Amino acid sequence: MAEKINITINDKPYKVDDGLTIMQAADHCGYHIPRLCYHPELSIEGACRVCIVQVEGVKNFVASCCYPASDGMKVYTNTKELRQARRDIVELLLDNHPEDCHTCERDGNCELQRLAYAMGIRKMHFSGERKHYEIDISSPSVVRDPEKCILCGRCVRMCQEIQGINAIGYAHRGFNTVVTPAYNMPFGESVCSHCGQCINVCPTAAFTETNYTQELFEKLNDKSFTTVVQIAPAVRAAIGEAFDLELGRNMEHETAAALRRLGFDYVFDTQFSADLTIMEEGSEFLERFQSGGKLPMITSCCPAWINTLEIFYPDMLANVSTCKSPMSMMSNIVKTFFAQKKKLDPEKIYSVAVMPCTAKKCESVRPEHYIKGLRSTDIVITTRELAWMIKSAGIDFVNIKGEAFDKPLGMSSGAGTIFGVTGGVMEAALRTAYELYTGETLIEIELEETRGFKGIKEGIIEIDGKHLNIAVAHGLGNAHRLMDEVRKDPGKYHFIEIMACPGGCIGGGGQPYPCVNSEPLDEVCLGKRAEALYGNDRKNTIRRSHENPEIQRLYREFLQKPLSEKSHELLHTHYSPKEPKGIIHNQGVIKV
Amino acid sequence: MQTIEAGKIEELREFIATILKSDYGDSNLISVLHKTQELFGYLPREVMDEIAQRMSLPTAHIWGVATFYHYFNLTAPGKYVISICLGTACYVKGAAEILTVIEQELGIKVGETTEDKLFSLQPARCLGACGLAPVVMINDKIYGDLTTVKIKKLIMDFRKSEQHK
Ligand code: SF4
Ligand code: SF4
Ligand code: FES
Repeated sequence: MAEKINITINDKPYKVDDGLTIMQAADHCGYHIPRLCYHPELSIEGACRVCIVQVEGVKNFVASCCYPASDGMKVYTNTKELRQARRDIVELLLDNHPEDCHTCERDGNCELQRLAYAMGIRKMHFSGERKHYEIDISSPSVVRDPEKCILCGRCVRMCQEIQGINAIGYAHRGFNTVVTPAYNMPFGESVCSHCGQCINVCPTAAFTETNYTQELFEKLNDKSFTTVVQIAPAVRAAIGEAFDLELGRNMEHETAAALRRLGFDYVFDTQFSADLTIMEEGSEFLERFQSGGKLPMITSCCPAWINTLEIFYPDMLANVSTCKSPMSMMSNIVKTFFAQKKKLDPEKIYSVAVMPCTAKKCESVRPEHYIKGLRSTDIVITTRELAWMIKSAGIDFVNIKGEAFDKPLGMSSGAGTIFGVTGGVMEAALRTAYELYTGETLIEIELEETRGFKGIKEGIIEIDGKHLNIAVAHGLGNAHRLMDEVRKDPGKYHFIEIMACPGGCIGGGGQPYPCVNSEPLDEVCLGKRAEALYGNDRKNTIRRSHENPEIQRLYREFLQKPLSEKSHELLHTHYSPKEPKGIIHNQGVIKV
Repeated sequence: MQTIEAGKIEELREFIATILKSDYGDSNLISVLHKTQELFGYLPREVMDEIAQRMSLPTAHIWGVATFYHYFNLTAPGKYVISICLGTACYVKGAAEILTVIEQELGIKVGETTEDKLFSLQPARCLGACGLAPVVMINDKIYGDLTTVKIKKLIMDFRKSEQHK
């Protein structure tokens, strides 16, 4: 137990734990001091000064996010002088910010807007020079608009401290300071993984996803196409938040109903192809395990991880499963098997994926995912984009009656559901691999080892007297740590799961913006989303991918068996090293 | 992009290796960048990549430091580097006008280099020649008592001398 100290806030006495900052202490006492650059999961920067308070005996205002509370301290959070000073600080930010709230992507969802409202700014007093930058649309996933940036640095710290990518940093100085990739290079050419976590922490619209909603609305009106949509597991666990529903409400059937009302002809479930991924990936693992193939085998379903792999770990490409992601597998099956069944021309099928992820947009344009010259996933939208489309089309999402997914690609096992949480792919794969290997059914199917939000989870699973060493990492920073470990000791693990986003897909870069009083990376929020998926798994009568009857039928009628020639053609891929390189310690890059 | 000379890059590598052996090795980025500029005249992008790898520092961070200090050149300097004094004395005597003329004549702004790589333009604080204000320094030579006409002629002379070569 921490020692207690006495402080007064606004002349009222409180007891708080020792070792807190004034801001944290005030949080415990029911005062939410305004803040901007502060984020509980990131290091403290103290850059914005919005959080200033008065401390008796201290001459200047102090930034409460980085000033320690001490015994006997008298703090004032809301004096006339403070209110004025804070208002000036926010006004100065607004002064150097485009005044286009009503046409902005984050209208209604912007922390700066909220702050300006809360500070009582009703008219502008300053007017000075304003910065001008081009919007950077070079990445298929993330748009960078430096004119909207208020230099809080949350994105920089996110990318550095949580993701370990360091794609962006501050450059230049003073008025010209800007958050940019190295050499001011186009974002799409930088070492960025396209995970989208910078979008989640940005208070404004300086980072957003590439928005494809207009294009999609057009296609939905074009009757010459058959429109097919799939939704990823994590979408259903979070989309309710965009409609102010409580955290963790599973909205899968409501989402299916809304998608039909948007005009989609077929509504399928990425959980089906997650089951398919398990069939292929589980078999691939066993093949490697039994015949001395390359180990550890690392999962491949996360596209931001794949981007990171190709940039930072070109020496480990052979360790990564050749399986495509569930999204790409689904699209390929739609444009082959499903097209044949329904006698549709694959060129006239428009395949849409709703993902919690921005990097999936990148994945969908990779040439490796074209089949016979045809793009397999035609468009990817995020959970946020779908939420907006539903609102924009005037669909009553909150009160809508749930509907089931379409057959045959809408049926899934509980194993397919938990793909959306860190550790879920591992758990799902082991449920199937165990049975394929031993011929016996795994009884204890809920794996303690792979659950929870510890950065790197490790475990030993016994299969038929053999020990399997497994590890699970979520957040690219943890992935880096795990990969360093593997480089040092390549024999340490057999099977590794990596998800680029903290919490797994449920914490994806395309998930709804945090509600007024929640933060991205918040474990309570992630926990609730995770529970939505685990709950779905528990209530499913089929909990192992290989028991999904539609999967069995797909193999019987089309693919034959896992790792068959047909599977290889449609469901597997390859990787190649990318430039520019991330840091590979102490090597040179210039050849002389 | 000019090619990186082997001897120079080797020298830089040795410099980095020595520095990394010292305490707080990677906090010596600024001295590495100084060394780079000394060797190459500016900070070539490939060399910044090299530094990133050798020192295990993100390129975005190196770029941040390189752009923060005005001292570092980010493009190869032209054959003639014009430093225009913007110190008080020169300023009072019309340095701003001289600067405008140079910018117009060369079609570049301060900190840039002409496309033909002949001229670079950089600001200077005080060149210690206040008696001759306003002054510019072109490479190592001071030119003082400038007027807008004189500076135009000066630039023309340099251009001509190049054409005759
Ligand atoms: S998308 Fe991810 S990797 Fe890229 S800049 Fe943002 S946080 Fe960094
Ligand atoms: S881009 Fe957003 S998160 Fe990054 S510094 Fe600017 S305002 Fe802050
Ligand atoms: S929140 Fe404290 S300085 Fe920005």
